[in-house]
Amino acid sequence: MSKVINLKRGLNIRLKGDAEKVFGTSIEADKVALKPTDFPGLIPKLLVKTGQEVKAGEPIFFDKYNPEIIFTAPTSGQVVEINRGERRKILEVIIKADGRNESISFSKADPKSLSPEEIKEHLLKSGLWPFIKQRPYGSLAKPSQAPKHIFISCFDSAPLAPDYEFLFNGQASFLQSGIHALAKLTSGKVHLGINPAQATGIFSGLKNVEINQFSGAHPAGNVGVQIHQISPINKGEIVWTITPQGLVFIGKLFETGKIDFSKNIALTGSEVTSPKYIKTLHGANLEKILKGATQKAGNERIISGNVLTGTKVAEDNFLGFFDSQITVIPEGDKYEFMGWANPGFNKFTASKTFFSKLFPKKSYVLDANLHGGERAFVLSGQYEKYVPMDILPVYLLKAILANDIDKMEQLGIYEIVEEDLALCEYACTSKIKVQEIVRQGLDLMMKELG
Amino acid sequence: MKFIQKFFEDTKPYVQKGAKYHWLHSVHDGMFTLFFVQKNTSKSGSHIHDFIDLKRTMGIVVLALIPALLMGMYNTGYQHFAAVGELASASFWQIFFYGFLRVLPFIMVSYIVGLGIEFVFAQLRGHEIQEGFLVSGILIPLIMPINTPLWMVAISTAFAVVFVKEVFGGTGMNIWNPALVARAFLFFAYPSQMSGDSVWVSLGGQKAIDGFSGATPMAEAAAGHPNIDIWNSFIGLIPGSIGETSTLAILIGAAILVITGIGSWKIIVSTFAGGAAMGLLLNTFAGNNLYMALPFWEHFIIGGFAFGAVFMATDPVSGTQTEKGKWIYGFLIGVLAIMIRVVNPAYPEGMMLAILLMNTFAPLIDHYIVEGSIKKRMKRVKVKA
Repeated sequence: MSKVINLKRGLNIRLKGDAEKVFGTSIEADKVALKPTDFPGLIPKLLVKTGQEVKAGEPIFFDKYNPEIIFTAPTSGQVVEINRGERRKILEVIIKADGRNESISFSKADPKSLSPEEIKEHLLKSGLWPFIKQRPYGSLAKPSQAPKHIFISCFDSAPLAPDYEFLFNGQASFLQSGIHALAKLTSGKVHLGINPAQATGIFSGLKNVEINQFSGAHPAGNVGVQIHQISPINKGEIVWTITPQGLVFIGKLFETGKIDFSKNIALTGSEVTSPKYIKTLHGANLEKILKGATQKAGNERIISGNVLTGTKVAEDNFLGFFDSQITVIPEGDKYEFMGWANPGFNKFTASKTFFSKLFPKKSYVLDANLHGGERAFVLSGQYEKYVPMDILPVYLLKAILANDIDKMEQLGIYEIVEEDLALCEYACTSKIKVQEIVRQGLDLMMKELG
Repeated sequence: MKFIQKFFEDTKPYVQKGAKYHWLHSVHDGMFTLFFVQKNTSKSGSHIHDFIDLKRTMGIVVLALIPALLMGMYNTGYQHFAAVGELASASFWQIFFYGFLRVLPFIMVSYIVGLGIEFVFAQLRGHEIQEGFLVSGILIPLIMPINTPLWMVAISTAFAVVFVKEVFGGTGMNIWNPALVARAFLFFAYPSQMSGDSVWVSLGGQKAIDGFSGATPMAEAAAGHPNIDIWNSFIGLIPGSIGETSTLAILIGAAILVITGIGSWKIIVSTFAGGAAMGLLLNTFAGNNLYMALPFWEHFIIGGFAFGAVFMATDPVSGTQTEKGKWIYGFLIGVLAIMIRVVNPAYPEGMMLAILLMNTFAPLIDHYIVEGSIKKRMKRVKVKA
């Protein structure tokens, strides 16, 4: 039966701009994009040319190192642009939607009656495989490997994150089919993590899974934290993770035989006039979604994802592959006179050095300013408070900075990805780029150990 | 405030690399960041960052030191007027003002020398001015006897900043607490000016009254006749280094550090626990040695014990970095401080040496804690296998 795990460490950052639980007018995306940059370690090889007409589910590019993993078009239309960055690295492949959302047809099937090989083939061919990530490294799962377990976090505890019970309302059968399919791919279990409020929700009713409850502040909803609590990753072990959104897409494929990438997202943040939920498309163009939705009071930072781990995007860019949230906050590129000496009645803080600490219920507008200069590690004991894992974050980060592979391994690099230490970066007095360092370490491990 | 911002923004091009006044770059940058939190925004990773930075952190430590500083100034005046026999006729402000004028040059010398060196190093290395010295610069005067010549303050500050901090790479990289090393440097280089009975009370050229000794309660205790005026020791009206006499003021500072979470309460508590344990142990072997028989809590109100526990041991850079390590580190400081104090007659104050010694061993303590964590992880693999 379900275990209840209380996590004492963590922090809920109280931001203004939580999405109201209503759907705004659904937005038909006029353009969608696939961004290879959403996948660490991916080197894409293109299969289409500009001008080519595609249907949803038609291959766009594949992974150079795992050619069987293909990425397919989220909707039908025409490939209009292939944007490249430095050294011709592909940044995004943009498809102009024709509005018909036609899909290649795949065979309908009950995943329970299929063999693991058949399921794999189905997922690979349809381009749904990339929704499966592996730990360690948080990279694309390798079809040739079998994971110890599969983990799915069914709630997002990040600031202003969407409520999954609302987001996936009415999609329980798709979730269930997705689980049946994935359960065939592991000899272990499929673990779901829910929070206490979800004890009687959509996810708690799912079958063929092990359900665990996690209570506590962010990062309780991070799948890495949940893995650590249930079955920590040791050297040489592999587990897979997938988001509920990925499950829904997979479930839809098996139930309908079609690729249907329509999804619900939350539009949040203090700069959004009325934060709410929106029905749109996977990889949708943000321009249309954001039009008229923000206050335009000053410079804005638009984030695909949440404020801790999301990607900074331009207004005409696209929703990230794994994101179900758009956040808009002030950029904050302003000088602040004697800011460090301000009593700070309206400055939310993780420390106890501002008077805002006296108002534990208030929510705040936070901007993207660093609020200080970058320094060496000075304070100690600061990071541990936000990592509910048996890990010494500062020592691990120092091992990464020293490129010491043995030490990284010993200190638990297999158990984390960037998001698990994101709160440390937020709270850091020395403004150390924690997530960048973690990625650097993971990349090195991937390169050296594969 | 716009005009200050404008001034800094307008002058910025002149201190860039290759410009005429590039040698002033670190000064410009230091002052600009002091007046204005910069407009830099997050480029990677988390989009939001806490409002706390190193300036605020250090600012809070300085704030926590203010009560001890003010009491130190008052006490300097108090000791002076008591020594020359004019205490009854001096007003509160006369007393405080005397101390203020005597202590102020110490602070100025320490800041000018220390920050001067910091600016030069920041310029040479091309990094921002680091805030660590804001605290060291006020700690150094507070742990000096009032009669220390100013040139000695200057030399010891320079020694500490260069050889203890900058050669290791600046704030965050040092092994020992710079302020304590400044004190230790003087203690070993100029012993006669740093100890004895004549350094603790500023006579200011006047003649002391008959019967004036000038000895600190600790010196008397070490000499075998402890005679501690508990109330005055707690308030801080006893001879001693400038800022360390008032246990009350130090406790106010401790409260500020603990409430804001800047100072580790674990280190403070465990240091006092270690001191108490050693005090009690010595009591059991005291025989007719009166110093050894001293109740443990009386150790806390004399000498630099409380000051060291609250402001020196809690230095996050030179202390242990692991949470478990902090308990061990603090406890051993307490034990060693009282042991050196009582058992070794050559060093009247054990706190300074105890903390420096434990600074040296802090990485070792951390090493074993980290190894423990690694072993636990490795065991998990073995259990599986």
